Amino acid sequence: MTSYPDWWKLVFGRFTLEAIPYHEPILIATFAAVLLGGLALVALISRFKLWGYLWHEWFTSVDHKKIGIMYMILGVIMLLRGFADALMMRGQQAIAFAGNEGYLPPHHYDQIFTAHGVIMIFFVAMPFVTGLMNYVVPLQIGARDVAFPFLNNFSFWMTVGGAVLVMASLFIGEFAKVGWLAYPPLSGVAYSPGVGMDYYLWALQIAGIGTTLSGVNLIATIVKMRAPGMDLMKMPIFTWTSLCTNVLIVATFPILAATLALLTLDRYVGTNFFTNDLGGNPMMYVNLIWIWGHPEVYILILPLFGVYSEVASTFCGKRLFGYASMVYATVVITILSYLVWLHHFFTMGSGASVNSFFGITTMIISIPTGAKIFNWLFTMYRGRIRFELPMMWLLAFMITFVIGGMTGVMLAVPPADFVLHNSLFLIAHFHNVIIGGVVFGVFAGIAYWFPKAFGFKLDPFWGHLSFWFWVVGFYVAFMPLYILGLMGVTRRLSRFEDPSLQIWFVIAAFGAVLIAFGILCFLIQIGVSILRREQLRDTTGDPWDGRTLEWSTSSPPPAYNFAFTPIAHDLDSWADMKKRGYQRPLTGYRPIHMPKNTGAGLIIAGLATICGFALIWYIWWLAALSFVAAIAAVIIHTFNYDRDFHIPADEVVRAEEARTQLLGRA
Amino acid sequence: MTATAQGSDKADVPVFHFAEGEPEHHPGDSTMLGFWLYLMSDCLVFAVLFATYGVLGRNYAAGPSGADLFDLKLVAVNTAMLLFSSITYGFAMLAMDKGRQAAVQGWLVVTALFGLAFLGIELYEFAHLIHEGATPMRSAFLSSFFTLVGTHGLHVTFGLIWLAVLMTQVSKHGLIAANRRRLMCLSMFWHFLDVVWIGVFTFVYLMGVLK
Repeated sequence: MTSYPDWWKLVFGRFTLEAIPYHEPILIATFAAVLLGGLALVALISRFKLWGYLWHEWFTSVDHKKIGIMYMILGVIMLLRGFADALMMRGQQAIAFAGNEGYLPPHHYDQIFTAHGVIMIFFVAMPFVTGLMNYVVPLQIGARDVAFPFLNNFSFWMTVGGAVLVMASLFIGEFAKVGWLAYPPLSGVAYSPGVGMDYYLWALQIAGIGTTLSGVNLIATIVKMRAPGMDLMKMPIFTWTSLCTNVLIVATFPILAATLALLTLDRYVGTNFFTNDLGGNPMMYVNLIWIWGHPEVYILILPLFGVYSEVASTFCGKRLFGYASMVYATVVITILSYLVWLHHFFTMGSGASVNSFFGITTMIISIPTGAKIFNWLFTMYRGRIRFELPMMWLLAFMITFVIGGMTGVMLAVPPADFVLHNSLFLIAHFHNVIIGGVVFGVFAGIAYWFPKAFGFKLDPFWGHLSFWFWVVGFYVAFMPLYILGLMGVTRRLSRFEDPSLQIWFVIAAFGAVLIAFGILCFLIQIGVSILRREQLRDTTGDPWDGRTLEWSTSSPPPAYNFAFTPIAHDLDSWADMKKRGYQRPLTGYRPIHMPKNTGAGLIIAGLATICGFALIWYIWWLAALSFVAAIAAVIIHTFNYDRDFHIPADEVVRAEEARTQLLGRA
Repeated sequence: MTATAQGSDKADVPVFHFAEGEPEHHPGDSTMLGFWLYLMSDCLVFAVLFATYGVLGRNYAAGPSGADLFDLKLVAVNTAMLLFSSITYGFAMLAMDKGRQAAVQGWLVVTALFGLAFLGIELYEFAHLIHEGATPMRSAFLSSFFTLVGTHGLHVTFGLIWLAVLMTQVSKHGLIAANRRRLMCLSMFWHFLDVVWIGVFTFVYLMGVLK
């Protein structure tokens, strides 16, 4: 460090060549693999001259369908990274017993569990959820795009920017070593002086802006752009849960942004919000972060409740049981999610009355959630159940989530929480609900809507294989953690003394390997389905005998979604249309008004990411430059008044006639 | 709204789509709602800062308190600047409704001047405090004070930049629908900052001096 001259500091900030982790063989191997893979990808894209196609058709696209698909791709890529972290942790804990140090030094292990949590929540679950909502909601409400198409593109690239920073920390410097919510004072500058914490802060800040704006966008879309006749109580249930989710996003992500900003000030300016001295209060951070953090878990699960509801009614061939109660349950969960945050730290010592209040509100949430489970069960009751893949995920979810829910109620009892707090029991609980609820739901949603998005179904054989690996793998990986937690083992430990515990960790590691096969089978499923796409082709646009409007258009839908805006008369609009003998119109097409593509979103988000990187490394000139450039790019974008165009009628005619032929073939 | 059912001979079949007269979705139909939602999200940022000030605002760490530091007369003048700027922005909007472009621009200039005066006084106050040793690093009270007031000041700064951009756009394209919509958004933003400042003035300055 001392050998670097002043000009170096001026140009490169605190970046030094030592920041490249060339002494870590795991990282070097990863880096080499990423580099080779990346180069191969670039070479392939250049070889087939796809850069222009990618830029014009995807990167700059304001089409909600393409943005939705890009979110899903981001989620899959980051899932691989987050899961690699999980495997490394399971491997380390399975061998680090009785003097064996394992293969991960503590400072590396701590980065891995932090990165695992951050990536899985912010860059896997969130993109999956946002991607599904982006793709499906406008189609379900009979709209042609979202309310603010440019903003949608910008939001996506901000999320990518955050992900890029987290990935960069792998090879340039280090990541945070503080756990996924970065409690101070450990995350303060005194105890975490390195760049890792700053990677965390700026990655989440940049991605969070994208998420908030995407929330604003989808609320406005759902409120303002529903098809005529679709009043609130005729909205498909997935749209309802999406509305509640986005209300939660808009009402909580600013809290995260402000909280992280205060911690950033503590670290960069030397203020005393969350320090131990000069009047700071670390517990203030813990309160604030959970006021965001608890609603966040409902942001993750609510859309999937919507997915399960759609799957239940479609594959049971009947109307969803208790639609109104489902809506009310969702709204009640939305409101209650704000009144429970303190259950994450009963041990703070706020006293019996406060803890009781939060314990009781937490338990009350299980009532609307339980109502939902019964609604799904009664939807299945006397239904004509088709055990297609999405339905399988629904069944696995119902069993798994009930177990996770019950251990959650156990944790909601403050005296029990004092024992179980920070133990592996807690880890088992939240993986139980997040994997059993969110991840299973995402896979159900992908299997359900994939034919809509790409025009062919996913291969069922590999899907079932993936399903069984995932479900069995989950139980093998996490049931041992419940047992270990009850025995008092705490979380985030990289080595253990008591050899009698080892067998449970070995079993858990084996479960993680099973899940790895589940992910592998999922990837193979995608590949096999692409190869077999002609056999799996969906020519009807309605492969599952669906009930909501997205199934009334072709698969994949045209850029304009609907040649004519549909009019809704029933909750299950499309089922109603089919029942009453609706005939698809074959004439009378008109030009359709659509938003234009723009590269502004990518450029602004790119500049914001550069600014974040410069701030992390104290490269002040670059930070200032990229900040000013980002503001300038925003201003220049506002001078562009020419943002929409009409798809000419003959183009609509061509697309619709192609569909007519396809329907004739079926 | 005329709509007809196509391709069906059954009389009881309801209309399932717009064959003609379909209401076209215009860009900007949802802008007001979207901007309200954004403002509410921004309001939550301020809510966090107010809450933080509420919790930490008496943690002086043996340093100066609000009663020691605040110059109420100066802050009153400052408040007046911001309130006047809101009124003049209102006049700009009235002129916009009458389609008088020159008057709009004139009132916007006056608004900007009041806004600049507000910022100038705030910066003077900050410089004075820091000069006296009451820096943001001195205590949790000062950290939360500077952050709350400074975040509001940053918003005013961005409002001023936005105002300048909008004036350019109005002079370039006139009071077209897109520009009216943008002026409406900035109007909401500006009044929102006014409301937040009233909270700051009461909660931070008046109650701070009371002690």
